[in-house]
Order: sequence, then C-alpha cells, then structure tokens
Amino acid sequence: MVGDDTFRLGTGAGFSADRLDPAVDLVERGQLDAIVFECLGERTLAFAYRDRAADPDRGYTPLLEKRMRAILPGAIANGVRIITNMGAANAPRAAEITRDIARKLGLSGVRIAYIEGDDVSEGVAPDTPLWEGMTVGEVGRNFIGAHAYLGADALMPALESDAQVIITGRVADPSLFVAPLRHHFGWSGDDWPILGAGTVVGHLMECAGQITGGYFADPGYKNISGLAGLGFPIAEVRHDGRACITKLPRTGGAVDARTVKEQLLYEVHDPARYLTPDVCADFSGVCIEASAPDRVAVSGAGGAPAPHAYKLTVAFDGGYLAEAGISYAGPGAQARAELAGQVVEERMASVHGSNAPLRVDVIGAASLHATTGRYHDAAEDVRLRCALRASSVEQAELLLWEVESLLCCGPAGGGGYRGNITPSVITYSASMARERVTTRTEILTT
Amino acid sequence: MSRRVRLREIAHARSGDKGNCSNVCVFLYDGDHYGAVGEQLTGEFLKRRFGMLFTGDIARYELPELHAYNFVLQNALEGGVNESLNLDGHGKSWSSLILGVEVDV
Repeated sequence: MVGDDTFRLGTGAGFSADRLDPAVDLVERGQLDAIVFECLGERTLAFAYRDRAADPDRGYTPLLEKRMRAILPGAIANGVRIITNMGAANAPRAAEITRDIARKLGLSGVRIAYIEGDDVSEGVAPDTPLWEGMTVGEVGRNFIGAHAYLGADALMPALESDAQVIITGRVADPSLFVAPLRHHFGWSGDDWPILGAGTVVGHLMECAGQITGGYFADPGYKNISGLAGLGFPIAEVRHDGRACITKLPRTGGAVDARTVKEQLLYEVHDPARYLTPDVCADFSGVCIEASAPDRVAVSGAGGAPAPHAYKLTVAFDGGYLAEAGISYAGPGAQARAELAGQVVEERMASVHGSNAPLRVDVIGAASLHATTGRYHDAAEDVRLRCALRASSVEQAELLLWEVESLLCCGPAGGGGYRGNITPSVITYSASMARERVTTRTEILTT
Repeated sequence: MSRRVRLREIAHARSGDKGNCSNVCVFLYDGDHYGAVGEQLTGEFLKRRFGMLFTGDIARYELPELHAYNFVLQNALEGGVNESLNLDGHGKSWSSLILGVEVDV
C-alpha cells in the first residue's frame, strides 16, 4: 500500500478502562488501515509488574480477552491492523492469549507479533539517578521495576512483517501512531518535521474520545449530543503529514476546532518542545481548521532531533490508600460531618497513635478544591470523606474501622458508610542511553 | 466600557497531569479577548489567588493563533496522583477552578 495518498488510522481505546463498543464500530464501519488501542497509564505498568511477580502468566492488561474477542473478527475480516500496548508487563503471554482467542473464533492464519525490551528493571541499580534529584537507593521504598518508553523504531520490524496484530509493552503513546504512518509512507527516522507532524496526529488521537467530545461537555456552554454513544476518532493522514480528524457518521459526540484545540495541549508543557523517543515535536505553529461538520484539518507541526536517551518510569511500593466515607443530610448536616471528621482525626492520633498522612473532606462543602480555602457554608447534603496513606493493610483498616464506628458513636443521622483499601505505587523518572535498550520481535501464528 | 465576567463565560479549558505537575490550557472563544485576558490571567495572578494549591513555579506559554494560554503549574497536585490524598489526584478539576475566576473585558 506504500504510496497510497491517505492512511486511515483509528483509536480503539485511550486508556485501560475505555469503552469497547466504539472500537467495534470503528473496525466494522471505519474502512481503517489500522487501529490503535492505548491501554497503559503511567502507573498501570507498575501494577502489571506486581501481577507478573505474583503469577508469571499475568501482567497484561485486565481487559485483554474482552477486547480481543470483540475486535478480532471485524479487524481480520476488514484488514484492519491492530496495534496495542495491551501487553503491559507480559507481551508474550498477551500474544499467546490473543492467538488462542483467534483460534477459538475460527480465524486461521492470523499472525500476532509481540515486542519486548521495554522492561529495563535489571539495568536499574541503587545508584541510578532519578530526575527528582535522589538516587533509586535513596527513595527508601521497595523497588518494583523500571520501564523505558520505546519509540516507533521498536515497532518497525513487526510492521514490516505481515502481522495483523502487534502487541507491545511500554511505548510512548504517540509512537504507537507514528509507527504505522512511518511504515506506510516510508518516512525516514530522521525526517524531523514529518515525524513532528505524525506525533501531532498521535498526540491528538491517543486519548480516543477526548477529541470527539469526551472530557469536554459543559451543559449550556459546550453542549455535546450523544455522549452515551460517543464515537471514537479517525485520522485521515496524508503522506506530507497533514491530517483530518473525524469520526463515523451516526455516532455521538463532536469533532470541532474546540475539541481538537483542547486535546492538542492536553498534558503538554512547552508546546514548542514536545519530547518523544521519535522527535522533539513543535506544536506551536499548528493550524486547526474545521472544514466540515465533524471534520477538522490539522497542519503546520514542526520537529527537531529526538532526545539521545530513553525516558524511564521507575516504580516503588507506595503502601496503601485507605478511603472511607459516611453521609449526613438535612439541617446542620455540614456541622455534623465536620464534627465527625474531627472525631476521626482525634481517635486516629490518640487511640491508634497514627501519624500517617490523613485528609478529611466534606463533599458538598469543599473537597476537590478544599486546599484553596474555597468553602461553602451550611450545606445540607454532604459526605464526610477520610483518606489515609498507610504503610500496611492493618494500618489502612484502622481508618475504615474508625469511620464505620461513627454509625453508632458519631454525630446524629450518619448513614451510608463505605470504605476501601487500594494498593499504591509511587513512580519517578530517569534516563537510559538508547544503546542500553535492546528490543526484539516475535511472531505467533494461528 | 469594560465588564466583569467569570472566565467561563468567554473561555474553555482542559487540565492534564504529569507527576506532580499540572497543565491547564485556556482557550478564548473570541480572539478579541485574548490580549485583555492575557494581561490579567498571569502566572502571578494564579499564584496569588490559589497559592495554597499551586505551590511551585507557574509558566505560561502563549499560542495566539489558537487564542490559547497554556499554564504549567509545578508542585500543583499535592504530591501527584501517586501521593495526593485529594479525591481528584490528577487535578482534572483545576480547569474548572480557573474558569471560575473573574476578569474584566
């Protein structure tokens, strides 16, 4: 297909818990060349390392089976290449599972490539410096693992094979999109302006519905219809890197200059220097133009040479987050919730001798923005929320116990206790010379 | 004759996070407001107004073609999603916080 004027690239997921039906719709009706599923958040991979340590057969994205069962029939029938980081900490196992699902679906001759090499845990030592200023050893927490953000290079051998499914672990999100474009159009790995243009496309597409009206609606100001049936995006990309962002007819949401602008700067710092393993992309001159309903043209990106080193995420055991809540309503509700919060604080210190960080919010009066000092008074339907960083499950359970005991021992009329304990990881960043990272590609066949 | 409005009336915004750093991009619907808002909605202004939350340096990048200001707020996520005890550890709602300020246009 090299030389074809337009490459149609879709996004099937923008995070691990993303919806499934918009992706099925895209592979069935989208006439796509490829679809990318980005399912790996900053911390998701650290949890996957822990899963793999507990069970060598795990460590891939939790929804892998569900997604593959739903996507494979349409993708294979319509010749849509699947590119995904759903391998997380265990791309080989994710590829085997995908092969088994394809076999069960009666799909024969399907080739599934997987890529390894992003797990650089063995290359990190106690004296490895972190961007935050200390060394790995100085963090004072148990080291879980480290992974490198690979670039489009890592995907090229798989793309040059005839694999219909390509499964990776950590790859920089935009690179998952740059790779198939580079392969299709024959872009050179050091053609910085064109890689900058491809990176803009990847960046715009990587969060799926966030460019088609998700994370956007604000009734009365930014109205979006059909949010329950939000369509996921398609990028029609030309050989020169210019692109049109759109979505399928008869899907909810919207693609307009506003949704594209918001996504262009999402999680961006200096727009003139957006660093990926592929390029230092320049978004500052990007031109965004709505050309028709649900069609937005994007052009004008630039690029400079890529960084010399890979960025690493280094993960450590972060203990546990304990959260517990109880609700109050009617006259005096806010005062009763505040009293309940004081009781929890007093008892955590005096009865349990806890000095773990504890936060108390009164949801409905002040919670998300409480730190700024913005407070409503005399709210009449509120929820006390207590949160604690604990080093052990036992310590976390103490908070849940104290909030639950408010049911009988706390202020009047408290109801609806809930509590949960979540394991936590803490991540920092580091660099690793490119030469120290080796990637390899394997292919399985049904 | 200028009038005082909440930023939400004339702009939209989106927030994102990286570690303990938040970015909030603000887009004016009407390019005619770009200059006047730019004079008022500065890093120093946000620091004065929300300094208890935005505890680090604030950089502002200007994208006049897009009628946009991109604020990069260091140490503005109470430790970041890994450490914060805020229910909104990503600072997804920081965009709405900023859209609530008043400006003269």
